[in-house]
Amino acid sequence: MKRILPSIIVLAVFLASCAPVDLNASLPTFDTDVDPDAWAQIPAGEFYYGQHEEVLSTEAYEIMVTNVTTAQYAGFLNEALAADYIKVDGDQIVGFYPGDEFRGVKHEEKIEAGDWIFIPLNDPSQRIKLDGTTFTVQPGYENHPMTMVSWFGARGYCEYNDWRLPTEVEWEKAGRGTDTRPFPWGEEIQRENANFYASRDPFEDMKTFGSRTTPIGFYNGNTYDGYVTLDSASPYGLYDMAGNVWQWTGNVYEDMHYRFMRGGSKDTYEMDLRLWVRNNATPTYFSPGVGFRCAR
Amino acid sequence: MQSIKNRFNYLFGSTKGLILVAIAMIGIVTAVWGMLSGPMAEMGVRDVVVELLGMDMVQAEREGRIIILYHSIAMAVIAIEVYMITSLLKMKSFFKTTIRVLITVGYIMAMIFGLGFAYFGHNWAFHGLYIAGLTLIFFAGVLMVIALWPWNKEYYQPDKAYARTKSGLDLERVAFFATALTTVISALFGAIPGSYFGNGFQVFLAENIIRYPEKTTMEYSVIGHLHIMLALIAIMITLIIGRWLNFKGILHKIAMPLMILGTIVLNLGVWGVVTPLEPIAHMIIYVGATPSMLAALFLLIWSWGNLIREGTARLSKPNLGQKISALLRDPLKFGPTWQMLFMNFTTSGIGIFMAVKLDEIFRVWPAREERIELTGHWHVLSAIIATIILFYYGDMIGLKGKVRQWYGWGLIVLSDIAFAMVTIFEMKRLFISEAAQQPLVNVLMIAMDVGLGMLLLLLAIVLGWRLVDLFKRKGRWTEEVTQELAKEVAK
Repeated sequence: MKRILPSIIVLAVFLASCAPVDLNASLPTFDTDVDPDAWAQIPAGEFYYGQHEEVLSTEAYEIMVTNVTTAQYAGFLNEALAADYIKVDGDQIVGFYPGDEFRGVKHEEKIEAGDWIFIPLNDPSQRIKLDGTTFTVQPGYENHPMTMVSWFGARGYCEYNDWRLPTEVEWEKAGRGTDTRPFPWGEEIQRENANFYASRDPFEDMKTFGSRTTPIGFYNGNTYDGYVTLDSASPYGLYDMAGNVWQWTGNVYEDMHYRFMRGGSKDTYEMDLRLWVRNNATPTYFSPGVGFRCAR
Repeated sequence: MQSIKNRFNYLFGSTKGLILVAIAMIGIVTAVWGMLSGPMAEMGVRDVVVELLGMDMVQAEREGRIIILYHSIAMAVIAIEVYMITSLLKMKSFFKTTIRVLITVGYIMAMIFGLGFAYFGHNWAFHGLYIAGLTLIFFAGVLMVIALWPWNKEYYQPDKAYARTKSGLDLERVAFFATALTTVISALFGAIPGSYFGNGFQVFLAENIIRYPEKTTMEYSVIGHLHIMLALIAIMITLIIGRWLNFKGILHKIAMPLMILGTIVLNLGVWGVVTPLEPIAHMIIYVGATPSMLAALFLLIWSWGNLIREGTARLSKPNLGQKISALLRDPLKFGPTWQMLFMNFTTSGIGIFMAVKLDEIFRVWPAREERIELTGHWHVLSAIIATIILFYYGDMIGLKGKVRQWYGWGLIVLSDIAFAMVTIFEMKRLFISEAAQQPLVNVLMIAMDVGLGMLLLLLAIVLGWRLVDLFKRKGRWTEEVTQELAKEVAK
């Protein structure tokens, strides 16, 4: 018995670790006073791009101050469904995408014209529910960033409003400004700057469900039930340009079907929150740690 | 004064002293720098270490810092292998001394000045000395190739129990020579892009650009370099372990030609990535890896058979239980080949599975998930090589009785727990979603850290014991000062 006891303990710990996680655990609700409909003006001109500080230039453009919220996305789905811009296809919402040029490069996959997934409906991490013909948001998540949205779903939202996803260059300039800072707020990162892995924010419980999103603009210097945040806006006043959720960008590159994301997320270490860090996935990918914002 | 001189001569003039110093250096670097990432960073330990040691870490330089850190550790590992080879194989004493002096000065310079430059402000004199250290190691490698020249009649193998040609050419020595030669050439694949740094070539970590369809020749060169250097370190330690255990007989005769063939073809494949052969380079690499792995398998079969034979010699008809008991009797001799087998579950097997299911599974996941697999994969391989070195070291310092059992089984069990957990962590997306993974991740991380932490503690105990021993007038070190590994090869 003594010999097998350690094995039994190890097995028990493992089985315990596979216990289901309560994805609907209660959530603190905070109003951050940041307007999700606000846009930031980014002037034309040069800036330092990437880790190696290449000097690039952009035209003037506008970009959303925050990520698109769950409430905004639900509003879009309701309008778009009524306008036949999207449709329900089994347990997912799909919409039209005109397709990419395919050159058959190694690992490249065809993205043909047709209906592609915008969001899944029955995934337990989805915070938007379809009740008959109306989309509603799970209470408490209204001012959280929209997640569980594919690149097609992010692009569809922006396009429906006559906007677009920012290019990688636009995204980085909006987050970095015209100096060489690695984070939107400056040179160093502290736990109170952003929502990242094990950053100990009020929405996180690493013993059970792990990290969760924070409301848009949460890191604005306000104090929430005693939790003091640092004002972590970018030089142009954008919030959550590091951490919380990865953000889809709009570029479609030759010879690959991957779409790129920026900003790091609640699930990544600080190194991924540096402004030049790139992540990518197939455009059908969705996750509780991926969202977006639009540009125009 | 004489007592200090004697100890200095032991630490820097004897095989076992040199190996002890290099293991201690790696142990210290691993312990300190291991606190800068992962759970240690989460718990706030990193901040304390950074503050305490006065480290200066610029965010944009993380990748460059890590590359220097990897090189610092890898150079010390290569130095250990060189000490073992120069003690196990016959060579002229001039070469033995010169190679050891060069590589010792080289790796210590590379480690101290490299880490000094990367983590403690940018003193460019340190950078120069780091490069000078790497250059000395390279030169030691060139001399090693000359020293190992197998077509010298002096080094021919007279014993027909070993792999040899009809004329007596020692094929095991040819395998050592081929591995040393290709290591020196493959080092250039890192050195050349490195020398272009600042002239258009920019530092990067391979795992971050893995999905880009277009890579520059320099990028291919670096990617080839990092893969082949680790593979060559693994091949060399396999040859060393074979020599220590006195690998011979029919399986040796089959394994050595396979090892030579595998090493050469594997290298040709990797070098091919910077040529127009790039599209078929991977196929050449697979073709090269297969005979190398087969050779390691033959070593394993021979070694396990040998352990069982020796352990059951007194029995007329040993049963299965007695055979298994004999196999597991000496963890230090069982450990190296067991780790090679275990490697197939944590490294090779995973690598092949990933290659087969790449587009179907792994490239559907975000790049960050693929990065976890890639980095986990080669960290485990590196750590397996480190444990194999520690098995041999445990034997060469004469661990006996219960200490030998605790040390040996500690190495096997603790490292394998950690490696298994890393492997499950890498592959977790196959069976658990992001949203539901946290409890599993917690358990895996604890098991990983306990495994690695206890392993480091075990090493610290051994190193502490060796440190205390150095203060004794007639400590074990006085015996080791003249001992050579060739004399301790199993009969």
